[in-house]
Amino acid sequence: MRSIAIECLRYHPETDRAPRLQSYDVPFTDDMSVLQGLQYIKDQLDGSLTFRWSCRMAICGSCGLMLNGKPSLGCEHFLRDYYPGPLRVEPLNHFPIVRDLAIDQSDFLRKLESVKPWLIGEPPAKGTHLQTPRQLDEYYQYSQCINCLLCYAACAQYGLNDKFTGPAALALLHRYNADSRDHGKQERMQVVNAEDGVWGCTLVGYCSEVCPKGVDPARAVNQNKIESTKDYFLRFLAPRKGA
Amino acid sequence: MNTYKRSMAGWWQRNPFYRWYMLRELSCVFVTAYALVLLLGLYRLVQGPEAFAAWQAALAMPGSLVFHLVALVLVGYHSWTWFKIMPKTLPRISLPDWAVVTGGIGAVIAVSAALLWTALG
Repeated sequence: MRSIAIECLRYHPETDRAPRLQSYDVPFTDDMSVLQGLQYIKDQLDGSLTFRWSCRMAICGSCGLMLNGKPSLGCEHFLRDYYPGPLRVEPLNHFPIVRDLAIDQSDFLRKLESVKPWLIGEPPAKGTHLQTPRQLDEYYQYSQCINCLLCYAACAQYGLNDKFTGPAALALLHRYNADSRDHGKQERMQVVNAEDGVWGCTLVGYCSEVCPKGVDPARAVNQNKIESTKDYFLRFLAPRKGA
Repeated sequence: MNTYKRSMAGWWQRNPFYRWYMLRELSCVFVTAYALVLLLGLYRLVQGPEAFAAWQAALAMPGSLVFHLVALVLVGYHSWTWFKIMPKTLPRISLPDWAVVTGGIGAVIAVSAALLWTALG
């Protein structure tokens, strides 16, 4: 059986002042994912290694990691593709490290809540909402986001200024604004127009490259630059109530 | 909660994607510089034939030739990146992304060729 060196970034806040690298020699078969490699370490070599995981099939978005510097899902990549190694595994960039490979997601969760990611407006009086395939197509790809945060680890602007609302939250904002059943666009435009809204993006574009679900957050953000510009100029033509 | 925040120092050197992005941003400087050189030429033309001839002579100096060669490469790269990201920045249209990208790059090549043909012909 072949084996590969997996270098994990370790950080235990009780004992470490800064993160350090620890290498493990992991035997693997061709069908073993990187996540399975980490599970081997935890089960057989070092039970103190901390990392998040759940579904093992690129659905839950829990096992986002930096694999050789690239934001990736641990369950979606095979160890064989990194052979002969070494493979460096680090927690997602741009987030504070809580312990080893686990990051603090609370900043993202606050931002996610700020975009009101739910349908706003009254449900139909009778029956269900009707929607044409074209209307579905307006938002469908953005609804595939699994909140794995790979796009935040790819976003240099978020790394430089963590006040920036960021790719996934803005993609999900767009997902609801573009939905014909939703009537909450005006509420969300405050987030779009804010200093740390869409204008914090300089279109590096790496967020869309690393998304494991084919979402294009860079497109959502930049579509909303157009919306923000329209919103700014339209207020002079048609002042809103209370403005 | 006691967490550790990693430094962003040297962030753009960590990944080839960021390096190409920074080159895209840097190319703006050369696009601007080239536009200023052209504007200066216009200004010198207004001043008279001697001033314009002096500007032309300055363009033929080795330093100027090197600058224009570098600017040509970077303006080409800038144009390519411009059209590459254009589908993301356009309002939703019914054309596929590849048509927007190749259409834009094709237009640049066609206009450049037409200008070159006019200048040389």
